[in-house]
Amino acid sequence: MPVTQATRVRARLTARTFIWLQGLAGLVGFAMLLEIVPRIGIVSPDYLPPFSAIMVALFKEMTTAEFWTALSDTLEAWAIGFVISVVAGVAIGLAIGSSHLLRSLTHSTIEFLRPIPSVALIPLAVLLFGSQIQSTLVLVVYASFWPVLIQVLYGVQDVDPVARETARSYGLGTWAQIRYVTWPTTLPYLMTGIRLAAAVALILAITSEVAIDTQGLGKEISDTESGGAVAIMYAYVIVAGIIGVIVNLGARALERRVLAWHPSVRLDAAEAGA
Amino acid sequence: MKDLMPSLPRRLAVTLALPVTLIAAWWITSADSQSFYFPPLQTILQTFGRLWFSPHALSDVGPSLWRFSVGYLAAAFLGIVIGIPVGASRNLRNVLEPVLEFLRAIPPPVLVPVLILFTGLGNEMKALVILFGCIWPVLLNTVAGVRALDEILGETVRSYRIGGLSRLWHFVLPGASPQIFTGLRQSLSIGIILMVISEMFAARDGIGFVLVQYQRTFAIPEMWSGIIVLGIIGIVLSLIFRAIEAWLLGWYHGLRQSQRAG
Repeated sequence: MPVTQATRVRARLTARTFIWLQGLAGLVGFAMLLEIVPRIGIVSPDYLPPFSAIMVALFKEMTTAEFWTALSDTLEAWAIGFVISVVAGVAIGLAIGSSHLLRSLTHSTIEFLRPIPSVALIPLAVLLFGSQIQSTLVLVVYASFWPVLIQVLYGVQDVDPVARETARSYGLGTWAQIRYVTWPTTLPYLMTGIRLAAAVALILAITSEVAIDTQGLGKEISDTESGGAVAIMYAYVIVAGIIGVIVNLGARALERRVLAWHPSVRLDAAEAGA
Repeated sequence: MKDLMPSLPRRLAVTLALPVTLIAAWWITSADSQSFYFPPLQTILQTFGRLWFSPHALSDVGPSLWRFSVGYLAAAFLGIVIGIPVGASRNLRNVLEPVLEFLRAIPPPVLVPVLILFTGLGNEMKALVILFGCIWPVLLNTVAGVRALDEILGETVRSYRIGGLSRLWHFVLPGASPQIFTGLRQSLSIGIILMVISEMFAARDGIGFVLVQYQRTFAIPEMWSGIIVLGIIGIVLSLIFRAIEAWLLGWYHGLRQSQRAG
């Protein structure tokens, strides 16, 4: 038995390494494409410098203080806006969700406000705050609050009536009910909301930097474009993409970790182990 | 049954109570507002009527919606067309997934400056920005949807020797469509964001351009009315999307409901 198990483990590892190598090959191929296309003149290098030139520009930028300030400005606006949206979404979601009356009263208003694009608030934010961080926060919070709220509302509605009745007959108070019945049911929904909100918050943080010149990566991108420093601009685009990947992966890892006890994640793990 | 389905007037009352209260509160608290940035709602609505019920409104909103439609529909088409083969082939998927995840993770607004380089400030730039921003959610969700197609159905389709277009039309597309629509929904709000900021950044017409002009000239009631128009565009587009989804995915939602009830 141990032999077959060891072989199976090894087979799985090689399969995983193979998939990993395939992905790496894809990334290398993409980088080579970006190198060759401008070199043989399919696209003018004035518009798209070869990949190597972008990388050189990136490493040069990384030695400047400007780069790190821009990076931390973006991350700061993202993080503050994201935390505000999550806290507000959870608090308001739990409050509205636990009352049938509140839920039906607010339904139409939420459905009406949610599709309003947050970029509609750009002119107002500019007038009120100029190009300070508050402008970014207005946009980020308006956009990423809704996914959290909606998911929490779904989650609270999904509570098993039997569990709720049981908790009530055991005499659990309001807080204990929220803590032991509502919260565990809502958590998977909330994690979906958090994953969506994290990505949307980054998009809006960069939007605000591109469109209203608040400090950060987006501003560097639009500045370097108008200044003609094309390679540096692409370097910042790549950095923005890498941050996006980290945010997505981080949100997924958090989801897995927080929901490790939940059947959906346990099932995934069991399948991966089988 | 009576409790579950309240009468129509009652439902209407519940639906309208809060919106009416909020608008009334806005109306009353802003009625004698001296604040420059927050004019009375009455002034905003008068401006709204004057500005947006005129033929000239069409020339502001029309170009925006045209660019949005072209970019969004092209993204939907290309995302599905590319997503199906990628989802169907395990090797292709393994090779392309990291690249696609990276491209998806680039916040789409950075494409505005990038594409200005390539295409200048014309209509093509805006449609392309929308296309590039909207394609990834559709593409990745199509890949996931095709990958998760029912295996038994797939074997059945194969043993009946159903292939080519009829396999695509009767098995692959319907099976992946719930996931595809998830992607299309995510793209819708990204598309609207890109439509507006590409116009704010560089345009001579369109709702985003007009909005920034009002803000820069401190035409505050006009600016507020523009914000309302943009909100209405967002709401109308999402209603249209929902109608199309209900029409094309009606079978799926019905299936889910009966599975849950059973």
